Amino acid sequence: MPDTAAPSETADIRAILDKNLTLEGPLLPILHDVQATYGCVPDAVRPHIADALNITQAELHGVISFYHDFRRKPVGQHLIKICRAEACQAVGANDLSDKVLGLLGLDWNGTSADGRITVEPVYCLGLCACGPAAMVDGEVRGRASAEALIAEVSA
Amino acid sequence: MSTKARQNDKMRVFVPRDAAAKALGADAVAAAFAAAGAEVVRNGSRGMIWLEPLVEVERDGRRVGYGAAGVDDVPAILDGTAESLGPVEDIPFYAKQNRLTFQRCGVIDPLSLADYEAHGGLVGLRRAVEMVDADIVAEVTESGLRGRGGAGFPTGIKWDTVRKADGPQKYIVCNADEGDSGTFADRMIMEGDPFCLIEGMVIAGLAVGATKGYIYLRSEYPDAIEVMNAAIEIARESNVLGEVLHTEHHFDIEVRVGAGAYVCGEETSLLNSLEGKRGVVRAKPPLPALEGFLGRPTVVNNVISLATVPVIFEKGAAHYASFGLGRSKGTMPIQIAGNVKHGGLFETAFGMPLGELVNDIAGGSASGRPVKAVQVGGPLGAYFAPEKFDTPFAYEPFDGAGGLIGHAGVVIFDESADMLGMARFAMEFCAVESCGKCTPCRIGAVRGVETIDRIAQGDAGAIPLLVDLCETMKDGSLCALGGFTPYPVMSALEQFPEEFAGAREAAE
Repeated sequence: MPDTAAPSETADIRAILDKNLTLEGPLLPILHDVQATYGCVPDAVRPHIADALNITQAELHGVISFYHDFRRKPVGQHLIKICRAEACQAVGANDLSDKVLGLLGLDWNGTSADGRITVEPVYCLGLCACGPAAMVDGEVRGRASAEALIAEVSA
Repeated sequence: MSTKARQNDKMRVFVPRDAAAKALGADAVAAAFAAAGAEVVRNGSRGMIWLEPLVEVERDGRRVGYGAAGVDDVPAILDGTAESLGPVEDIPFYAKQNRLTFQRCGVIDPLSLADYEAHGGLVGLRRAVEMVDADIVAEVTESGLRGRGGAGFPTGIKWDTVRKADGPQKYIVCNADEGDSGTFADRMIMEGDPFCLIEGMVIAGLAVGATKGYIYLRSEYPDAIEVMNAAIEIARESNVLGEVLHTEHHFDIEVRVGAGAYVCGEETSLLNSLEGKRGVVRAKPPLPALEGFLGRPTVVNNVISLATVPVIFEKGAAHYASFGLGRSKGTMPIQIAGNVKHGGLFETAFGMPLGELVNDIAGGSASGRPVKAVQVGGPLGAYFAPEKFDTPFAYEPFDGAGGLIGHAGVVIFDESADMLGMARFAMEFCAVESCGKCTPCRIGAVRGVETIDRIAQGDAGAIPLLVDLCETMKDGSLCALGGFTPYPVMSALEQFPEEFAGAREAAE
């Protein structure tokens, strides 16, 4: 795979690697830092990570693709996560997600055409006694309604 | 003190920083109190989630509660005209508990080590540093503590295996990958009393000769990650970590963030993930106690198991073991969730009948409609219909009733629940989250969804096939994900057979 990372990106990935390489089992912390920096794990940084850890790119791909959190492309400007687990289902999580996805015209993991909103499923936020639960741009919401969630990201 | 002087004092107000309180608007309430000139303490949650944000005000040495409080209630709470819930510790849901593990949660400022010590913190560790390793392990064994993550394995036996193992480096790994729906005890204690977990891990380190600990904390808990990291920093500065209490013992802790894989709550898959690999389950043996993280002797314990260790050393093993039922000794923080009137965390001695928890403590469903079933122990736990509500909440009785207590989450469903749909969801979830290593789980879960769809379309002949598939998954899977998914499926099928047969009649 050609290294298409821009020079500034190369500096970023170097800094991330330098920070984490002395850890025991550094790959997940590296991937989290990469995603926090780039909004995703871009293909262009993969050779740098594989080289630094002395693993093949196939191994690296195996790890990245195993975990739901790591993505190849950034999400929209706003990210809504809606809990799909049993405790939230008991208080209408399926109706909530149907409505949010319907109003936005999206499927799970879809991003609106203008690139503003992405909706992802999540399995439990630990807010099981005040469901249905959701997370908007990293902030937790209890007893969520479709209208309130959409209003938050539309402002 | 004159009335005038009192008014000039800043009023101390407690507004929880717990994620559930934040999810219901606590941050805005806290900001409003601060703007009005009050001294705001961001405590953990008392666990009465239906009252969150539960604001507490110190009056005459007691903490009076107001909840659920909104921003508009702030002026009336401050001038004393708002209707209160009375002293928080007298609220029946709270007063009926045996709070041992959660004795400080919701009471103290989670990031004040002084507050922690003023409420019994570090008493256990001070005792443990004076003991030899075998005696520390013996104390835990005598307490009867069993793994609170779900498996219920005796903690003392696990610790002793690691203590006796040879290795250049041993580890304490805290499993904070609390993925089970309906459970939030780990999150609550990490956000509300993080030093308690740290103290428990240090004692575990002293017991087995480990100097390094990891907390594998799920990424879905950003608030817990923030509080734990801050607490670890404070603990290092105060020599709770590092040179432990200025003795020759050394111990340090690092938080590692998960990446959204449910199966990483399984201990061997967690270890692989911690090593930076795919979170695939390992075959046992070798036991993690002998060949765990990086192939070295490792204690893997759940958050609640480790957070219970300090109180065992503070009050003695005999005190802890005096609670409970049969071989289920001590207390369990039971989390009551879903469609529930009074949902939250209720720590009690093992043995309370399930029905008392659901109906008396939690007040039944939030919707007011009859309770149809409760799922106990997360997505891999069985559904219990009201006919089984006399089952005492403890490891062996639940096993005998065809279920498991797991991490003690109780999810309530009212009569609107679609049990065939819930059985299908259990299989669908297993298919999404399977690590892929063993065939019964990887393929079985997908076939399970298809088979339940056939039943839903009226094909009653598919029912024996589903039963057979569940048998295969139960006996043939490598870990609890594939092995226990049959619990919710079979318990739904056995207790609500009409919902699996009725689809055919409706179609005809």
